[in-house]
Amino acid sequence: MPAEPLDAVEVKRHTLDVRIAHWIVALCFILLGLSGLALFYPPFFFLTALFGGGETARLLHPWLGIVLVAGYLWLFVRFVSASVPAPEDMTWMLRLGDAMSGREENLPEIGKFNPGQKLYFWGMAILILVLLASGIIIWNAYFATATSIPTQRIGLLVHSIAAILAILGFIVHVHMVTWEPGTLRAMVRGSVTGGWGWKHHRKWLRGVVAGKRAKPGTSAPAE
Amino acid sequence: MGAARTMTVVRSSATSSANAAVSFRDEVVKLIDVSKCIGCKACQAACIEWNDTVQPIGYFTGSYQNPPDLTPHMFTLMRFNEWVNPKSGELEWLIRKDGCMHCAEPGCLAACPAPGAIVQYENGIVDFVQENCIGCGYCVKGCPFDIPRISAMPAKAYKCTLCSDRVAVGDGPACAKACPTEAIVFGTKQEMLHHAAGRLIDLKSRGFAEAGLYNPGGVKGTHVMYVLPHADQPELYSNLPANPRISPWVKIWKGAATKYASLAAMAAFIVGAVVHHVASGPNQVSDKDEEEARKLIEGRR
Ligand code: HEM
Ligand code: SF4
Repeated sequence: MPAEPLDAVEVKRHTLDVRIAHWIVALCFILLGLSGLALFYPPFFFLTALFGGGETARLLHPWLGIVLVAGYLWLFVRFVSASVPAPEDMTWMLRLGDAMSGREENLPEIGKFNPGQKLYFWGMAILILVLLASGIIIWNAYFATATSIPTQRIGLLVHSIAAILAILGFIVHVHMVTWEPGTLRAMVRGSVTGGWGWKHHRKWLRGVVAGKRAKPGTSAPAE
Repeated sequence: MGAARTMTVVRSSATSSANAAVSFRDEVVKLIDVSKCIGCKACQAACIEWNDTVQPIGYFTGSYQNPPDLTPHMFTLMRFNEWVNPKSGELEWLIRKDGCMHCAEPGCLAACPAPGAIVQYENGIVDFVQENCIGCGYCVKGCPFDIPRISAMPAKAYKCTLCSDRVAVGDGPACAKACPTEAIVFGTKQEMLHHAAGRLIDLKSRGFAEAGLYNPGGVKGTHVMYVLPHADQPELYSNLPANPRISPWVKIWKGAATKYASLAAMAAFIVGAVVHHVASGPNQVSDKDEEEARKLIEGRR
């Protein structure tokens, strides 16, 4: 992270509960990806060693999935109102080239989340739902006879494709954090610099400032 | 069973199948002549005896079929079906010894994610190697005959081994040895095909015009074959599939196209992220942004 300007102001962005839920989801996702890919593609089977062997990787995976679903449910409730599409999103999307080159001056002012983040939020919500449903169908220890074998075959294909799509989204998500310095601290310390808000989420920053003026003394971010 | 060392493995789950090109030497076949079976279950008892499994005592469900289904402790099961032949109007008691068919193209082996948990020997026997098995149950989904069963704790896959441990030392399977009517015979594929041909001549001469050998091509043939009096309707024999094959869903899921497309997509995204970072990143916040924000927050705009 580059040194902040000495006179940067701090703006709160994510509350503690959101940050805890986010990191639980992130950790579970990485472990799910590693244990899942180990079963998906035999040359990756060695990854099961991270979990103490193939049997434990197989055993832990679905339970990690349940924890991830619980964590994502929390994130969903806390983020859903800020993830509703806004009128300016279309313009932003049409100028994706500017967004991806850091030319924010050509983009409309953006609220708490930009359309890319909203897409990731909704895309992950759907994929996790699909992974949960298909994951239960193929969970042999408890649901071997809950569905027919032909259904389970489809479940396996659906689960692995949904997992790959989720991993692709995850790669983009992690990349954007490193591409926009100053973003990681929003999920670590819970705050960003004012300049970060001004550059990337000006409408949100204006909202936070307006809210503060209306209720002096509160520093809770607008969720 | 551990992979028996006295037989050569030609295919092994979740490993490169380079050896699969090796031609089978001395392919073996267990031939089950349904027309000779009297349903005594000596084979079932011999199977439990030899494999030293314990099938818990169950309940009578109104059928000789006991237990009602294959289990991790019951690798073979006599399935009983009562059928009224519409042509003769007579009741026929159809009894089929169910168990692993030892497919030449085994769906379980294709589906298995654990290296070496399922092996195919050059004599055609498909065997589960429990010490490599992780208990995921993929083999159950891969099998076109619904044969593998997963034990509870530890979770391991079990099925008929075709007595690979007996065959490895030149003996035949325990069930064949126990059968009092020689409905189960075991030998090289050539011998068994010859034997079956003789049985079919006999059955046809006695009015079973549709008698035939069950050796389905959809799985490239099997190393357990049936002589069926009604080979035109294999489903009569407790749902023996007429055209078994590895499900297309399993083939897509396990296919090279799916695996390589997925790997390529992940690699492309990672490379793309790095290129994007180098080409137009990082997207830094400037001092001017901080200054503007300060003005906004302090109410100067
Ligand atoms: C949402 C809850 C989830 C549940 C209940 C679940 C359950 C399962 C189950 C039961 C299996 C079969 C292996 C085993 O028994 O462990 C499996 C495989 C797999 N899972 Fe999940 N999972 C979930 C989420 C995820 C996520 C988020 C990912 C991706 C990061 C993922 C990736 C995979 C992959 C790649 C496989 C291997 C599929 C194959 O062998 O082709 N799963 N999952
Ligand atoms: S349960 Fe079946 S598919 Fe899974 S590792 Fe064991 S043998 Fe292979």
